[in-house]
Amino acid sequence: MTSIILLSVFGIANLFIGFLKSKRILLPLALLFLVVVFGVNLIGWNNTQTYFNNMLTIDNYAVAFTGIMTLSTLLILPFSQHYLQEDDQNLAEFYSLLLFALVGAIMMVSYENMLMLFVGIEILSIAMYILAGSDKRSLRSNEAALKYFLMGAFFTGILLFGIVLIYGATGTFNVTEIGTTQAMNDGVMNTMFVLGLLLVVIGISFKISAAPFHFWTPDVYEGTPTLFTSFMSTVVKTAGVAAFYKLMVAAFAASYATWFPTLIAITVLTLVVGNIGAVVQRSAKRMLAYSSISHAGYLLMSLIAFNERSDSSILFYSFAYSIATVAAFGVMKLVSDQRGDETFEGFAGLGKTNPLLAFAMTVSMCSLAGIPLTAGFFGKFFVFAAVVEASGLMWLVVVAVLMAAVGIYYYFKVVVAMYMHPAGNYEKVQVNSFTTFMLMLISALTILLGIAPALVSDLI
Amino acid sequence: MNQIPEVIRTIPLNYYLFFSTALFAIGVIGVLTRRNAIVVFMCVELMLNAVNLLLTAFASYRADANGQVFVFFIMAVAAAEVCVGLAIIVMTYRNIRSTDVQLLNYLKW
Repeated sequence: MTSIILLSVFGIANLFIGFLKSKRILLPLALLFLVVVFGVNLIGWNNTQTYFNNMLTIDNYAVAFTGIMTLSTLLILPFSQHYLQEDDQNLAEFYSLLLFALVGAIMMVSYENMLMLFVGIEILSIAMYILAGSDKRSLRSNEAALKYFLMGAFFTGILLFGIVLIYGATGTFNVTEIGTTQAMNDGVMNTMFVLGLLLVVIGISFKISAAPFHFWTPDVYEGTPTLFTSFMSTVVKTAGVAAFYKLMVAAFAASYATWFPTLIAITVLTLVVGNIGAVVQRSAKRMLAYSSISHAGYLLMSLIAFNERSDSSILFYSFAYSIATVAAFGVMKLVSDQRGDETFEGFAGLGKTNPLLAFAMTVSMCSLAGIPLTAGFFGKFFVFAAVVEASGLMWLVVVAVLMAAVGIYYYFKVVVAMYMHPAGNYEKVQVNSFTTFMLMLISALTILLGIAPALVSDLI
Repeated sequence: MNQIPEVIRTIPLNYYLFFSTALFAIGVIGVLTRRNAIVVFMCVELMLNAVNLLLTAFASYRADANGQVFVFFIMAVAAAEVCVGLAIIVMTYRNIRSTDVQLLNYLKW
């Protein structure tokens, strides 16, 4: 709760600091704000509190997810440094919108009432619509913003209709009460309830870009400026999956048999579409967009498992995925900004010209592919273990492992381009020491979690 | 909350349900078939208003204020969405001199 208030105040303060002539102070200040929020958030650990007439609950689940989302934002911000050199960029507004989006994300992981879920999703989404179109003169950015906005508003409508039908059937917006009242429903009410449940699942599936509601993802991720794409594919997805799991546990645990087949279909489709789609891409950024779809599939697998290991596996997986994705998009941003090439060939010879960048990219690609000794390996391991233990859906695990093998192919296309292909006439990529330090920090964290996963997985 | 629900309750709840669902379906069909970004956006607003109507009906039949408060939140959020959405449409119009969503196809593989 304190973190929500602090972030809102900091966001507004940031806007006023934007009036200053010098922009140099903005980045250190935004980083400081996030460090403060990260620290304040930890106070809520083991100290469950409810706020706003039982509409928000800050428990360990909320604190853990708030922590990893704040950390992801903290790691993303240093890559915005090139904006400092360009005078017409509205840097203060970008930072403020990211902070406001984080407020929405925190509400999405700590809600106790459908109203807060809806408001959280909208705070997050509206900020992201603006950031998607923040490159005003680029037609690609315009197209991304327009598509994201129209589709996002459409699926918000669907989510709302679902919430209303559930309200009609149960008479409450409180997720715990929904979970306890649905048992006594008769025929008509039950139809309304199931329809509402389906619409809510569709609405949230859109937000985490699960197939078949993923069609916007490649276009929007490609058109959006890379800095904000990395926010979209880490914080937005983490918040969406955490909200999804919380909703299913609190409100729809009793109707498990109803949504279980739907969710399995969505998961398998997401895994297949994401991985096969990524194979045929020529643009590395578009490949990362499809890879984010496939990771939504792995995250949904731990939702299907639906046992006591689900929440810790979602936490670990989204943390491993977030830091690896931040590094991948960060390197990709540096390379594509300076070489003007978003395809795999843009990375050619990076191993020779920038060994450190190439190392960070390799570690993050290994982590995304799930190679042992990186965090991503244990992320996949925990998810698969949870599924096998819970329902014995071996065929689902086999499909997922096959798809992970497909993933190795396209992730290593980048590594091959970096180390095997000659640089040609590409110059060394200019990168300042702070950004390099952040990339090394992320790589170290990825490898550390690959050796000692219990650091994060035992938290909740 | 004493008088207004009586007025709403003179019409059976089923009628509200069918009417709102029809309105919502018109909105969905509009979003899926129209090409003009502003018309698509109007259809989205139609969907939200169908939701608002249904919420009010449910709330008054259950004599529960929660549903009516939710309506205010939807209105506020829809207003914020209009701000951002129309700005995005204007920004696009300045660049391509059109609001046709199908003219925007720069992003493909």
